[in-house]
Amino acid sequence: MKDKRELLLRVSGLETYFPVRKGVFKRTVGHVRAVDGVDLEVYRGETLGIVGESGCGKTTLGKSILQLYRPTAGSVEYTFADGKKDLMKLNNKDLDEARRKLQIVFQDPYSSLNPAFTIFGSFVDPLNKFGIRKKADQQKLVGDLLEAVNLPRDYMTRYPNEFSGGQRQRIGIARALSVDPELIVCDEAVSALDVSIQAQVLKLLKQLQVERNLTYLFITHDLSVVEYVSDRIAVMYLGKVVELATTDELFKNTLHPYTCALLSAIPIADITKRRKRIPLQGDVPSPVNPPSGCPFHPRCPSCREKCKVDKPALTAYQIGGEEHFVSCHFAMEFMKEKK
Amino acid sequence: MHMQETVLKVDNLHVNFYTNQRCNKALRGISFELKKGRTLCMVGESGCGKSVTANAIMQLLPDLSRIEEGSITYWKEGEKISLGELKKNGPEIRALRGEEIAMIFQDPMTALNPVFSVGFQMNEMLMNHSSMSKKEATKKSISLLTDMGVPAPEQRVFEYPHQYSGGMRQRAMIAMAMACEPKVLIADEPTTALDVTIQAQIFELMNTLKREKDMAMMLITHDMGVVAEMADDVAVMYMGLIIESGTATQVLGNPTHPYTSALLESIPMLGKGKNQKLEPIKGTTPDPYNRPPGCQFAPRCKHADEKCHTHMPPEFFTKEAHMVRCFKYEELNHER
Repeated sequence: MKDKRELLLRVSGLETYFPVRKGVFKRTVGHVRAVDGVDLEVYRGETLGIVGESGCGKTTLGKSILQLYRPTAGSVEYTFADGKKDLMKLNNKDLDEARRKLQIVFQDPYSSLNPAFTIFGSFVDPLNKFGIRKKADQQKLVGDLLEAVNLPRDYMTRYPNEFSGGQRQRIGIARALSVDPELIVCDEAVSALDVSIQAQVLKLLKQLQVERNLTYLFITHDLSVVEYVSDRIAVMYLGKVVELATTDELFKNTLHPYTCALLSAIPIADITKRRKRIPLQGDVPSPVNPPSGCPFHPRCPSCREKCKVDKPALTAYQIGGEEHFVSCHFAMEFMKEKK
Repeated sequence: MHMQETVLKVDNLHVNFYTNQRCNKALRGISFELKKGRTLCMVGESGCGKSVTANAIMQLLPDLSRIEEGSITYWKEGEKISLGELKKNGPEIRALRGEEIAMIFQDPMTALNPVFSVGFQMNEMLMNHSSMSKKEATKKSISLLTDMGVPAPEQRVFEYPHQYSGGMRQRAMIAMAMACEPKVLIADEPTTALDVTIQAQIFELMNTLKREKDMAMMLITHDMGVVAEMADDVAVMYMGLIIESGTATQVLGNPTHPYTSALLESIPMLGKGKNQKLEPIKGTTPDPYNRPPGCQFAPRCKHADEKCHTHMPPEFFTKEAHMVRCFKYEELNHER
């Protein structure tokens, strides 16, 4: 099973820093380490969920992979039909070509469509750029795409203000599909929607994935949503991946103390399941000045001396034949305690 | 079980909004009671009238809206006060706001004034409602912030809202709301803008306060998970009506209205894995200016028949306090 997986994207040592400027001369006084050394592998046809609290760098990671932010260091290798290429080394022209394969669906369905354009107008630019120039062809394609996301064909002549949030998000998804991509980054794609609409969009995303063999990078803060859509989940904290495993494995054998606390903090809509919480003290530290050692140590309930000085690396453990990556010095101990 | 004393009663409340010669009937007759030491959770999707209810109680409705019908009664030490008849921003309601009924808003950044320090804003409110001097008020503010778990309160009290993090701002808001020890606390989506770990902290705090001060709490949310964690009583709203209400066990354990059960089936639940079945509710919420004539949920309901589309269902009661607005409640209800 494992050998059949085809590597689509490999992110290694990715760092995206934003300078903090101060004073009259706007001197750089420090950096916001939004993404601070992330290694990820994404396989064709899977959904990799990325979760974390606000400010942990998950959106920046998504945008850095697409080169919407130029990362500071590291590499983003994508497997194209004609071999692997590092997206960070491509010039703008080649990058445009590469973006045919990588698309993004944004969080806010209200600001991601231009209100002055009809829906068809919003689709025309990418189509012109990627070689479909006849108007009749364009109209046919846009109609097909709208039908693919369960909207009527003739909606393409309407303006964004005529649509509800859920409809706009589906238009956003259709637009991402217009260039026939392989990888779609869904950046909080359902967070702004009402619960009854959220389920519609989630189901649509799952259905499209099967039909078009899409790969998703699903970025969200909502763990129940991520559990529903993902094959594997990466948990981020302060710009770093702290735990990465298959969905079942992560929920069954949660190893990192941060993931445990995060899971226990989520309210479950089942009255019979009121559980004990693991309360976390304080707030997420500033990414300008991250704590020494393990970034989670100031809030960690099982912090020890070693955590304060030594930075743990993301290490692979084999549990029941499945790979489970954790960056915690005492992961093995926690595992034994559980057993 | 201790005696449950009603502190606030809303009865058949209608609120209309007027815009562009059109009229949005935002609330179409809702009734509920807030009791001492209990939490009522109002749950519903955006635009269903949850926040309008809260604002109506506090007399904070915008100018182009008015309470058409119904009453809001508050018992101040046995004395009956009809909030709906008080003048908006009149002295009576201003005396009640903050002192008797307090409110926490969704977004702490817009609710706090950015040009005054947090301490100044807390003092202002304390000095207004009691005869404290500025020095005493500052002292009280510090002790309130300490109670809420804000670190280094002696220093923080002189800082400005932008120097606080989101969770801390919300704590400051709660501290301000709790300053005069109100009898009723209305929280309008207090944690929607916050992360789950911070949300857990805030809920812990609110529950402690409820227990210690025996407050009546009304919590407005759209998250069924929050309801299951926090609620003693639940009211589910849809298009300006309470369509189901009862205790949390009744409503969540045995959802009877098709909307409530559909809502519970449409959310992914943690711990159920990737293969859990999601049943999305078909269609979208109707346009408030063009409402269905019968049951508001009928166009999206899989149980709807002729009668549902033409007639508005009245309130049916199955057991004591479990109310359902649905003609088919008998076949859909499985309790007993």
